[in-house]
Amino acid sequence: MTLATDSPAIEFDRVTKLYKGARAVDGISFSLRRGAITGLLGGNGAGKTTTIAMIMGLVTPTSGTVRVLGALMPRERYRVLHRMNFESPYVDVPMRLTVRQNLSVFAQLYGVADPAARIAELAAELDLADLLDRPTGKLSAGQKTRVSLAKALLNTPEVLLLDEPTASLDPDTADWVRTRLEAFCRDRRATVLLASHNMNEVERLCERVIIMKRGRIEDDDTPQRLLQRYGRETLEEVFLDVARGRQREAAQ
Amino acid sequence: MSRAAASGRRHSEPRPGGAIRRCLSSAFAGDDGCENHAMTGGMSKFSFHRVGAMVRRYWYLLRSSWPRVLDLIYWPTVQMLMWGFLQLYLSQKTGFFAQAGGVFIGAVLLWDILFRGQLGFSISFLEEMYSHNLANLMMSPLCPVEFIAALMTMSIIRLAIGMIPVTLLAIAFFGFNLWTLGLALVAFFINLILTSWSIGLVVAGLLLRNGMGAESMAWTIMFLFLPLTCVYYPVSVLPHWLQYVSWALPPTYVFEGMRALVAGHVFRADLMIEAFAFNIVLFAAASIAFHMLLESARTEGSLLQGSE
Repeated sequence: MTLATDSPAIEFDRVTKLYKGARAVDGISFSLRRGAITGLLGGNGAGKTTTIAMIMGLVTPTSGTVRVLGALMPRERYRVLHRMNFESPYVDVPMRLTVRQNLSVFAQLYGVADPAARIAELAAELDLADLLDRPTGKLSAGQKTRVSLAKALLNTPEVLLLDEPTASLDPDTADWVRTRLEAFCRDRRATVLLASHNMNEVERLCERVIIMKRGRIEDDDTPQRLLQRYGRETLEEVFLDVARGRQREAAQ
Repeated sequence: MSRAAASGRRHSEPRPGGAIRRCLSSAFAGDDGCENHAMTGGMSKFSFHRVGAMVRRYWYLLRSSWPRVLDLIYWPTVQMLMWGFLQLYLSQKTGFFAQAGGVFIGAVLLWDILFRGQLGFSISFLEEMYSHNLANLMMSPLCPVEFIAALMTMSIIRLAIGMIPVTLLAIAFFGFNLWTLGLALVAFFINLILTSWSIGLVVAGLLLRNGMGAESMAWTIMFLFLPLTCVYYPVSVLPHWLQYVSWALPPTYVFEGMRALVAGHVFRADLMIEAFAFNIVLFAAASIAFHMLLESARTEGSLLQGSE
């Protein structure tokens, strides 16, 4: 079965997730077109992580439907998981294995056609060539992030989920990572959902921003329109308006 | 359009035994397209390639740490020596042990197959939790059945590394050669390893559902089987009511069979067949339990918490 390429890459339809009665996600609906880079913003407990976990099939929605590349998640996840990937500084790759061992294991899991060539290509792109035979646990935070990013790009994913990809990186390395991500998305037309607390990052990379609060979508628009609507100079100010409940007044 | 039709499911007619069959099939196939090969262009059927990737990952880990390898051999050796010397002492004092040389050593070696088989399965699983890698695997195309197959393979590899040297030491120290049991040893091994995998599956499910709070189960659950499966004594020693419990556990048949072979020189094929039948039931039940715990973990969000 071939899925129509103009169908959304990710589609949420009235999705609610309850944890022991508490609403982590509360009836949200949105869809992301293929090739779009979208920022997912929200304070702690806003529901971003649960939203991403439902996209990856790690969490079953209490109600509503989540579709990724046409597959209903989590029921049909094995139809599409090989076309997706994920990167987060909070999910490690095994520390005792060397970078090359880790990448080759994941390449095999994702069915990458020529793992050695793909690893060499990514090592060159992400400046990992000299680190390939070092244990992952002996690398610096920035180097580990690059390894995680290489793992996330191994299968050239059509859907890439990034959870604070530049957290704990110095500004130079973070900028370097953003540049690589921009290049990947541009060249491969990947759909990217980026959860971040770094507003500059979101402003630079994303063509659309979804702001969540208490499990609901509080706003959803392009960065430019959000800035205009809230009358603000930066996304950080918009975020603070939303977080502190000033969005209605600001938007009026 | 019905929901079943919308999701592409072909089976809508209920059939006798269908619920159990569906549960078993989903336990192995993932209930989520893992078996639905045609729809994904070759990425979702059971893949030995992905099993191989996981085995390679555990092999790298084992190879990178000599204490991990030493740990595989150390305790089985200590156990074998302790029970071996005890048996040597008893054989000098009692007629039974003089005639039935090797009962204790045979028991301890078979117990280690059961215990280490489960530990090998559970520790490989725990390594993913220790390294915070579980989420990476759960978000990869690796199906539960492939993950389980890799854990089973590692359980055998770890057993081989730990047990083969110990069986050779048993020959050197006490003249007890486990390998001379031949086909009986194969029957013992198959039954014990099946039980160990069943227990390993349940422990893995509990770890997925409850996180590291269930870690101690991985290390201690098998000790519940030590008195009940009558590793070192015959079932007849147990109180009558407890014998029913004991005979419901497959390893009991193996240890009774081992004693019949070593002390009585009789291979009890009937015991091995009964053990195998119980093992099939146990493994099916463990697979269903694993599937239910995994689905519960998805519902409760436990897979997100990882090692907590």
